[in-house]
Amino acid sequence: MKKNITLSVKDLKKKIGRKEIIKGLSFDLREGEVFGFLGPNGAGKTTTIRMLVGLIKPTSGTIHIGGYNIEAQFSEAMKNLGCIVENPELYPFLSGYNNLLHFARMLEGIGEERIHEVTKLAGLTERIHDKVKTYSLGMRQRLGIAQALLGNPKVLILDEPTNGLDPAGIREMREFIRFLAEKEGLSVLVSSHLLSEIQQLCDRVAIISKGRIITTDTVENLLSNRERVQWVMNPSEKGKQVLRELTKVEEREDGTVLTEFDEQGTPLWNKRLVEAGVSVLEMNRKMPVLEDLFLELTGGETID
Amino acid sequence: MTKLVQNEMLKLIAKKRLIVIGIIIGVLVILFTYAQYKETETQRKKLGTSDWRTILQQQIVDTTNRLSSSRISDEWKKQLQISLQQKQYYLDHDINPAEPGAPTFIRIFLENSIDLFIPLMVMVIASDLVSSEHSMGTVKLLLTRPVKRWKILLSKYITLCLAVSLIIAIAGILSYLISGTVFGYKGWGAPILTGFNITDEGLSTSDVRLLSLWEFLLMDLGLVWFVAIVVGTLSFMLSVLIRSTAAGMGVMLAALISGAILSNMVSSWESAKYFFMVNLRLTDYMKGSAPPIEGMNLSFSMMVLLVWWAAALIVSFVVFTKRDVY
Repeated sequence: MKKNITLSVKDLKKKIGRKEIIKGLSFDLREGEVFGFLGPNGAGKTTTIRMLVGLIKPTSGTIHIGGYNIEAQFSEAMKNLGCIVENPELYPFLSGYNNLLHFARMLEGIGEERIHEVTKLAGLTERIHDKVKTYSLGMRQRLGIAQALLGNPKVLILDEPTNGLDPAGIREMREFIRFLAEKEGLSVLVSSHLLSEIQQLCDRVAIISKGRIITTDTVENLLSNRERVQWVMNPSEKGKQVLRELTKVEEREDGTVLTEFDEQGTPLWNKRLVEAGVSVLEMNRKMPVLEDLFLELTGGETID
Repeated sequence: MTKLVQNEMLKLIAKKRLIVIGIIIGVLVILFTYAQYKETETQRKKLGTSDWRTILQQQIVDTTNRLSSSRISDEWKKQLQISLQQKQYYLDHDINPAEPGAPTFIRIFLENSIDLFIPLMVMVIASDLVSSEHSMGTVKLLLTRPVKRWKILLSKYITLCLAVSLIIAIAGILSYLISGTVFGYKGWGAPILTGFNITDEGLSTSDVRLLSLWEFLLMDLGLVWFVAIVVGTLSFMLSVLIRSTAAGMGVMLAALISGAILSNMVSSWESAKYFFMVNLRLTDYMKGSAPPIEGMNLSFSMMVLLVWWAAALIVSFVVFTKRDVY
């Protein structure tokens, strides 16, 4: 059974001047999933996110959050949304508590109780009455998330949530996001230009480049379609020749050979190799990293 | 809406702007009080008497002497003549034009601060009300909450109006309390003249009426408040349009100062009277001094300011609600 769709984007476009920056994006977010938005800097991630949260008006296309159109029913749609766009920028001259109070006042029916709840959830209880300018980046990030969670949203949008965090902070953030999705049932949209982060964090990924979604799929599917077998053979040259006749072969610098993984084909190829007098020293199934995938999909467009 | 205004107030107070403004006003009032005190003292010494009639008489003689000099411009001559007629009127009717006391000090203070000092203080608050949210990046949080953009801007505007009223109240109260220690707290009922009309023939005294000083002060305060709101709204608009607080302040400051300079030299450039900055000295109309450009009067200036105010407000709201935020 499919879970409820919480955020739905249809044919979203944005033109700035004559230049089309976003060229028709469509995707859905479901309850309880972490959705990754992956692309190089300048691919249109931030512009898209700003359209999702209502900061930028789309040129065409529709966005529904919790079933409400964000242009026609802005307030209702925004009640279902919590977000951090880029850095968690809060008022540095106010205390953490006053910051939360400030944003709670902008929501209906959110009182002190909920402020305490999110403070605890973000692990900020001890420092909540200190001024935000004395906070570390990690704490600001957590306060930002506490703020985003104030209104019990269904959708959480986080733009580069681990930007500028140290490795411990990144792990903590990752666990927190997984917790929110799995235990609290939130849909979380995370954007990143870091492939490893998305791979570890997300259930599904949309890969975006130059304003278009190249592909949307689960992380598993994306990776398993592109599983590889790494061969180490002796004699190597002869082995390569045999394999080349059977399938597409990719030679690596270290003398090993990569072919695609095919449940029927691979054992057969092995048999052929043995018949040809080539001894197979190693056969490794390799899960590709998103890095390779990305390069493959975008045709080598650089990501930094 | 109350909650939103509460939010803006929370931020305004946390930024300690009002305290700084209070201190600035306090320091300036002390300076002016001392200056005023010195001035009265030197005049007293010069004339060897503290009798205001003698002082006024002396001033009239001075002015007449200056008028007879051939080197002064026609413009200046006209103004001197008007002031001369006015002084003569005071003397003839046995009215002390500068009845000493705190209320008179407030009047002088307000009249002199209406076109630069009070607008400057208002600007300190108005110019970063919106642009600071941009520079801090908090605007992204503010605009992604389930509150419509125009409501957010309106809450900021209401806060501005409250702050402006507060600044003027602070200016009034501080100047009363501080100057009172030197000049005494009496003099609310002193008579003061108003209703001078500048016509082509010079000063027309046909509509001149006597008012108690407190009534006159109330009108002065109202005019100062009106000017402050207009200037505040204009800086508010700049704060919406220009994301950098410093740039917004610079533009507004340039406009205000150019107004002060223009008033002294635009008498022949008639269309300059539609600039808001040459129309700020509303209290001068109450005293009956000549306007910088012929044809200007109280209602004209107020209309001009009102148009600027409305335009600024419309621009602010349209831009703020429509604009893409990056």
